[in-house]
Amino acid sequence: MATKKEFDIFTHELVPEHRILSEEEKEELLRKYRIRISQLPQIKASDPAVVALGAKPGDVLEIKRKSPTAGYYYYYRLVVED
Amino acid sequence: MGMQSIKKVIGSIEFGILSPQEIRKMSAAEITVPDTYDDDGYPIEGGLMDKRLGVVDPGLRCETCGARAGECPGHFGHVELARPVIHVGFAKTIHRVLESTCRECGRIKLTDEEIEEYMQKFEVVGDRKKAKDRLIKEIHKKAKERMVCPHCGAPQFPIKFERPTIYYELRRDEEGNEYKHRMMPSEVRDRLEKVPDRDLPLLGLHPEKARPEWMVLTVLPVPPVTMRPSITLESGIRAEDDLTHKLVDIIRINNRLRSNIEAGAPQLIIEDLWDLLQYHVTTYINNETSGIPPAKHKSGRPLKTLSQRLKGKEGRFRGNLSGKRVNFSARTVISPDPMISINEVGVPLAIAMELTVPEKVTEFNFEKLKKMVLNGPEKYPGANYVIDPDGRRIRLMENNLETIAEKLDIGWTVERHLQDGDVVLFNRQPSLHRMSIMAHRVRVMPYRTFRLNLAVCPPYNADFDGDEMNLHVPQTEEAQAEAKILMEVQNHIISPRYGGPLIAGIQDHISGGYLLTREGAYFTRSEVEQMLMFAGIDVEKLPAPDRVEDGLELWSGKRIFSLVLPEDLTIWYRNKLCDEPERCEALEKLIEEKLIPEPEEVRKIAYDGFVYIQNGKLLSGAVDKKAYGREDGKLLDIIVREYGVERARQFLDQVTKLAIWVITHKGFTTAIDDEDLPEEAIERIREIIREAEEKVNRLIEAYKRGELEPLPGKTLEETLESKIMAVLAEARDNAGKIAEKYLGMNNHAVIMAKTGARGKMLNITQMAALLGQQSIRGKRLYRGYRGRVLTHFKPGDLGARARGFIVNSYKSGLTPQEYFFHAMGGREGLVDTAVRTAQSGYMQRRLINALQDLKVDYDRTVRDPTGIIVQFRYGEDGIDPMKSWQGKTVDVDRVILRTLVKMRGGE
Repeated sequence: MATKKEFDIFTHELVPEHRILSEEEKEELLRKYRIRISQLPQIKASDPAVVALGAKPGDVLEIKRKSPTAGYYYYYRLVVED
Repeated sequence: MGMQSIKKVIGSIEFGILSPQEIRKMSAAEITVPDTYDDDGYPIEGGLMDKRLGVVDPGLRCETCGARAGECPGHFGHVELARPVIHVGFAKTIHRVLESTCRECGRIKLTDEEIEEYMQKFEVVGDRKKAKDRLIKEIHKKAKERMVCPHCGAPQFPIKFERPTIYYELRRDEEGNEYKHRMMPSEVRDRLEKVPDRDLPLLGLHPEKARPEWMVLTVLPVPPVTMRPSITLESGIRAEDDLTHKLVDIIRINNRLRSNIEAGAPQLIIEDLWDLLQYHVTTYINNETSGIPPAKHKSGRPLKTLSQRLKGKEGRFRGNLSGKRVNFSARTVISPDPMISINEVGVPLAIAMELTVPEKVTEFNFEKLKKMVLNGPEKYPGANYVIDPDGRRIRLMENNLETIAEKLDIGWTVERHLQDGDVVLFNRQPSLHRMSIMAHRVRVMPYRTFRLNLAVCPPYNADFDGDEMNLHVPQTEEAQAEAKILMEVQNHIISPRYGGPLIAGIQDHISGGYLLTREGAYFTRSEVEQMLMFAGIDVEKLPAPDRVEDGLELWSGKRIFSLVLPEDLTIWYRNKLCDEPERCEALEKLIEEKLIPEPEEVRKIAYDGFVYIQNGKLLSGAVDKKAYGREDGKLLDIIVREYGVERARQFLDQVTKLAIWVITHKGFTTAIDDEDLPEEAIERIREIIREAEEKVNRLIEAYKRGELEPLPGKTLEETLESKIMAVLAEARDNAGKIAEKYLGMNNHAVIMAKTGARGKMLNITQMAALLGQQSIRGKRLYRGYRGRVLTHFKPGDLGARARGFIVNSYKSGLTPQEYFFHAMGGREGLVDTAVRTAQSGYMQRRLINALQDLKVDYDRTVRDPTGIIVQFRYGEDGIDPMKSWQGKTVDVDRVILRTLVKMRGGE
């Protein structure tokens, strides 16, 4: 059986940058939007980007997306089990 | 009434299950008698119409609150059930709880570690309904399969649920034989009572608001009589409400059951009566419960019980809460009126005298309102009601007008007739987008139809083939202000869908604009003054004539058009009429080099296809759809954004009226002779068809000889088809070009097509030259007989004419075969539109259901009602699409241009 070819999904032009937030940044984010952790959008732990980053459930990802009108647009997602 | 101050505000609503204590606490009377009225028609005490539950008959007083019928809201009573019964609405939940908990100790059948784990998961899930339901389901599955209690070690048995309300435990005796044990509701209730509060969240229940044992009824609330009034028929016979009938049944059986128990009747009889009581309570709650016959009225009609009152389209929620019938509204046929403004609506006098606006009497309007009261309901402008300072509504009638007018004073309110300038909401169904309901100003008019300006037809999707529309009158100053500020027509000129104008000039507005502004259009003083008067433009503003010929003063249409433009507007663009790009480029170059070129210089190379407006003067170009038409009306777009919506409304009103004047006075019509082509053109088209048919035949020959090379990804047959289609499409286009060459801008049909007023050049080609290929699903016609569409052709004929290519035009006339092909193609179009509207309607419904509760918060995030963030910034950029530039955030070029023009100065 041929082994699956290793390849970094973040090198693909359609995959936006993902970054795990530090605990302080996480706190800051929740404070900024005055929300509980459960009010964040979620992303499954099985998502290829989460797997590639090695993020664990409970981590918050910052996703830096390109936007035709806003330049860059930051989106945040809480990693959850699936 | 009416103008009451708000005393309480609803902060939140909680749903829960009523406990027996609560039911008794809110009860005004215990009901024990299964009857309503005595022989004299007086309510029986302890019966279902007990006066303590409120009264519906006039004259009687409620024994709980002392109020009369109509004022007393009614009070609940209760029935003490002799034996507990299952509440059908919770039957499934009860089953789940029974399966998930221990039959001995009542604990949830999860280990302490599992409990801890799931509690944490609930924390993460928060308010997400779907995720929560999934967790609860998972817990249920896990607990159900555990056959030994992890807390007390007691063995467990599977529970079988038989719809609608019977539970069995599948026990095993000492020898290991399985047997079914029927659990009566009392046993079920005992088990549910044992479940401790701390385990309830894992079962999806709230320990204070929904104890599981409350799902088994021991006390039944009796709704107040106001909820189930009896009606007296003309014959004097009383007819009771369906709910009352059902309650009578319940109480009768309940009493029988109790006396049998007290008399020590055999268990079998008691259980039979118990089941009967269960049946009645079940149907009382839901008479459409599957598995049991619905309770019927004497006439055989199924009873409408509690669930039936709430469910469905006509039910309490969809029929009375989400949507209701309203007062202060009107509906009638619509018809056009080009003379009223786009933000006005013509209201028939008869309707204006029926609809009213409440107006508070002050020292400023006292005289006016007094006169209206004196006019009364039958003389316009009058009033229908007055409200005195105590809130009493007094109906105005012929005989009390003077007395009331005398009494009228500051602090009263007069419900006066609708009059010119009142703000109303105007609506046409289906209300698919927000432009389907807009605020208009009233214009009271004779006759019986609502009148609207033609420019607002597109947002409502209205025409005048019998369409009807609705009108609503806001009743408070707040509502009127809100309608004015947010909903008035001019605020919706730009559509949020594509960031361009939706309310714009249509059809004749565009053709007329072209006739007015095209190169060589000149008008005499009399014409000019008439059209300015017609359009409501100050005639004093008229500049000196452009030309004087033999003493005859002449103004160019461009000069007149410039009068409706803002004075400092500068813009240039290529329009739809541009078919000589060199001339446009020449103008573009001139403007870009000089920024503000001399008008004379521009005039020398002026071209209808290139619009140049310098400081509010139209120097080059004719008006077409790109000026003030739908979707791409550049002038209208710029005016809305740079001069405001009010200026845009004025512009649209004036420009459409100018266009209408010109088109009516010049005369504009299209007839069959617009499609006349000279003999030589017809000959050339025939030649094109001949050549195309020959080419097709050559392709078929090549295919038959096997010389055709298949295109990548296609079979040989497909290759042939696509090549033939290409040849025939080209033939039609070439024929169209020839027709176009012979039909100039003096042809009205061509004017409409080229300016974008109505129709496309293709339509003219099809009328004048040839119809071209008919198709179904993008393919040439091929279905019908074996190997041919019609028997007029040989089987296997792949030629152009045999497969739906129509060489005739609408004018020359179709052959019978061609006519049939055309009908085949036309039918596909009809079916398509029918299917498309059905599909898109359903899609729209689903989308709206999914998105209706999302809103942009003050911190500019988009959130759902529970506060879950959907977007961190609305639309990623926080831009209102209606205020954007064709979807872009800002048009930097336009800003630079405006600054430059302002710096260099105009005139």
